[in-house]
Amino acid sequence: MIYDTAVIGAGATGAATAYMLSRYKTNTILLEAAHEVCAGVSKANSGIVHGGFHHASDSLKTRLELRGNELIEKLHKNLHFPYLKCGILVIAYSEEELETLKVLYQRGLDNGVKDLEFCSKKRIFELENKLDDRAVGGFFAPHGGTIEPYSFVFSLVECALKNGCELQNDFKVIKGNFSGDIWNLTAEDGRTVKARRVVNAAGLHADEVSAALGGESYKIFPRKGEEYLLDRNSAGRPSKVIFPVPAKHSKGVLVIPTAGGTTMIGPTAEAVEDKNDTATTGENFAKILKLTQNMVKGLSARDLITSFAGLRPVHESEDFYIAISEKAPALIQAAGIQSPGLTASPAIGEYIVKLLQNSGLPLEEDPSFDGTLPCRNEIRNLADEKISELHKKNPAWTNIVCRCEEISEAEIIEAVRRGHTTVDGVKFYTRAGMGRCQGGFCQSKILRIISRETGMPMEKLTKRGGKSFILSGNLGDLEVK
Amino acid sequence: MRELICISCPQGCHLKAEISGDSWQISGNRCPRGEAYAKQELTDPRRIVTAVMPCADPHHPFVAVRTTLPCPKAEIPALLNRLYRITLPEDIKNGDIVLKKIDNLEISVIVTENI
Amino acid sequence: MKSDLQYDCVVAGAGAAGLAGGAVCAGAGFSTLIIDRENRSGGILNQCIHNGFGLRYFKEELTGPEFAWRLSEKARNAGAEFSFNTTITGIKKLDDGSFDIRMLSGTNGVQHCNARTVLLAAGCRERTRGAIATAGSRPAGIFTAGAAQKMLNTEGKLPGKSAVIVGSGDIGLIMARRLRWCGIEVKAVVEIMPYSAGLTRNVVQCLHDFDIPLHLSTSVVRIDGNERVTGVVAAPLDKNKTPDMSRSFTIPCDTVLFSVGLIPEMELARKLGVRENPATGGATVDSAYMTSVPGIFSAGNMLHVHDLVDFVAEEAEFAAKNMIDYLNGKVAGYEFSADAGSNLKYVVPSRFVPGEPSRFLFRSTIVADKAVLKAEVDGNVCWEKKLTFVRPAEMIIAQIPANTLSGNVCFELESLENA
Repeated sequence: MIYDTAVIGAGATGAATAYMLSRYKTNTILLEAAHEVCAGVSKANSGIVHGGFHHASDSLKTRLELRGNELIEKLHKNLHFPYLKCGILVIAYSEEELETLKVLYQRGLDNGVKDLEFCSKKRIFELENKLDDRAVGGFFAPHGGTIEPYSFVFSLVECALKNGCELQNDFKVIKGNFSGDIWNLTAEDGRTVKARRVVNAAGLHADEVSAALGGESYKIFPRKGEEYLLDRNSAGRPSKVIFPVPAKHSKGVLVIPTAGGTTMIGPTAEAVEDKNDTATTGENFAKILKLTQNMVKGLSARDLITSFAGLRPVHESEDFYIAISEKAPALIQAAGIQSPGLTASPAIGEYIVKLLQNSGLPLEEDPSFDGTLPCRNEIRNLADEKISELHKKNPAWTNIVCRCEEISEAEIIEAVRRGHTTVDGVKFYTRAGMGRCQGGFCQSKILRIISRETGMPMEKLTKRGGKSFILSGNLGDLEVK
Repeated sequence: MRELICISCPQGCHLKAEISGDSWQISGNRCPRGEAYAKQELTDPRRIVTAVMPCADPHHPFVAVRTTLPCPKAEIPALLNRLYRITLPEDIKNGDIVLKKIDNLEISVIVTENI
Repeated sequence: MKSDLQYDCVVAGAGAAGLAGGAVCAGAGFSTLIIDRENRSGGILNQCIHNGFGLRYFKEELTGPEFAWRLSEKARNAGAEFSFNTTITGIKKLDDGSFDIRMLSGTNGVQHCNARTVLLAAGCRERTRGAIATAGSRPAGIFTAGAAQKMLNTEGKLPGKSAVIVGSGDIGLIMARRLRWCGIEVKAVVEIMPYSAGLTRNVVQCLHDFDIPLHLSTSVVRIDGNERVTGVVAAPLDKNKTPDMSRSFTIPCDTVLFSVGLIPEMELARKLGVRENPATGGATVDSAYMTSVPGIFSAGNMLHVHDLVDFVAEEAEFAAKNMIDYLNGKVAGYEFSADAGSNLKYVVPSRFVPGEPSRFLFRSTIVADKAVLKAEVDGNVCWEKKLTFVRPAEMIIAQIPANTLSGNVCFELESLENA
């Protein structure tokens, strides 16, 4: 089988590209190095749907960000990933900040951001009564909010697969040969895939993939962002995403009402050497908490559930690098997709499809394309009548496995049947284990369900593929001394 | 002189044991069990052993058990290694004897739960 | 809301507190339903297969499952009904003062139960690595001590081959021995405080017996590992209680267990508007163990975290007796408040009736071999009691005779070590 296009990397960029390609009569394969899709840059980020006012109007970034913002809303209606369109409030906490804020507001207007509203002190408190008293003014961008980044990527991939795209996991591309107009891609484990065109959407590892394919030589610099997640009962959960006036290398530390109902504070922005370094630090929590407590009332260390860190894949230009390779044949580079990459991703997908077309990929719309996914049943959000209906069909719908997030056995079975056979895969698909007990009560139950559904013994199950085994064996395996 | 902490109850009395003639003199205990504990501990330390054992009931693959009396410390690893390799039948219940008078000691192993 | 079921008393949780409380309510002739998420009664006791329970309550030493079984029989024989595999998703107060309880179960789907009174006895959960923001990576092999206990004692699965235990709470200590008894190496127990957070006898029989090092005043500053844990970095605390990195050391291991405290599972109560006691993490209650919502009572580890299950059972029985009084129309007037002063983390209950004998429970924040507990009203000491072997890990109980406290009381704990 020779695919028309191989997309390397199943993060937001790769998934959106595969989804956009699945609208056409063309064969696409998505190659993911990790055991599950959305396992890298796209998994661990703020999940913000940005408003389009942070970057200059003539930049590709801004164009894709604005278009992506519109597309996410449309996709949400068809794919049903959680999207909290709560709007974004950018707040100045001093007169000095107010001046910078005005520049940002003007940039938003220049960029053509819709319904942007400059707000007096009185008005910002009307919009958000949890703001710290020091807030002096701000502006409101109603067309923005938060998504669950993993749910978003999962649904793009699911929809692409439904429309004929293929997926190979644990496929880490280490080599590519181009001969006779065909790319022959080799994975670390020796598997090969043939394709006429390749899209490099390998996130943090785009530089390595480019080198392996003989493409442009560039470097991706990881920039770490630590995020801290607070309980859904946190008194500090705002009704809107709260931005400060931006810092030099980042959009600053935010207070984020997540689409899943928790509150997140972060991120930090710190250059690191190692692309695997997603360690969190103790000092940063204290720092972030203090910063955000000065922004919003009611945030408390007592509500901390967990922390995580993600890495932004920074291209040396600090910009997106999306282009037809000038060095390697039939290769599209999609590198340096850092913030607002998640927001822009559907537009990046569209843009890459355009580049593929420009490079000679024939694209004819597929009339059988179905761009919708059924709305998933989430017990925690359903009314009694609907729950009774589901219970009649399958009692697993009312057997609650994860108490903190109220996730039923049926939801977990659904995740496993869709290929999420790791503990993290189930967690990100269903939210089971994501709440305040962090799986302390439900992990053994979840392992039992995955084991039953897949036929794999519990001790073979992993956190996220590879050798990340949760357990080491059975009682009696080790000799007691 | 030897110092010990009594483990007979949650109070955890700090005990002192001194040789006087052929026997130990115990002080620091708040009840007679402390004295008995210290004398036992200094001559032949023993512990109650608790464990789980495999069970044939698929809904309840492991069942809790314990020794009826404290077991000599040196014998504990061998006992555990033995327990982990015996599968109990489905119909066992609380109090059933799993192993009777192990190794000629007066100690048995009993089931401590109902499944 | 149409109710499928109707009870005088609904008990949330079939652990030690729920069973003991439910037995009292049912025994007094009130219709009682005990609801639990698991498929049998006993709660966390079922995974606590070690001995050491019941010396006070049953006057003999039992294992967790044995203690649970006896309480369960007591509740059953008293006529309490059970609903297992059932999760309560919400409790609402109705206009007539009764409550609507919404619950989900695989057997019965969604059901509503009407209750005249509710005993909140849902226990507590473990504080996690995430909640204390321990730095480092997030590989497989990190568990709370209780989760690892469940894995071993109910699933028969080994969580790893060599472990470090963070925190020296009782579950952590018990797990050190359990791991060793399953053939798993225990490299160390690392405790940030200068003393163990668990009972002394557990330090002896779970650590000393196995020569497991206990690093006091030491913090785990980082967890390492990409796929699976490869080790932890620990550092002793300096005078300012910050980790002294110049003396840090690495402990290679493939498993890290956290035993860093328990938190009452207050979420159901919070949704209902029950007032919280920030010091305990549970509800504020009066000396009848009634919360700020009339008709809702709380006991056991959902109210405040206990050191011994025997006290949990006693407390729940006491709360249940007061539920019966409430059902019989007897409501006390709670005139005075009780507060925790110096060297005390908290006092339960927070309100009391001066005309009746009162029982107060405390947690110390200090270690003292000799101490005195004082009750002050308007700055005057009107009751005091000498204490020995005061430890933060152990609850302090004070019985105060009727009419001793004539106003709002503040309790103080004073160390007599250097006196």
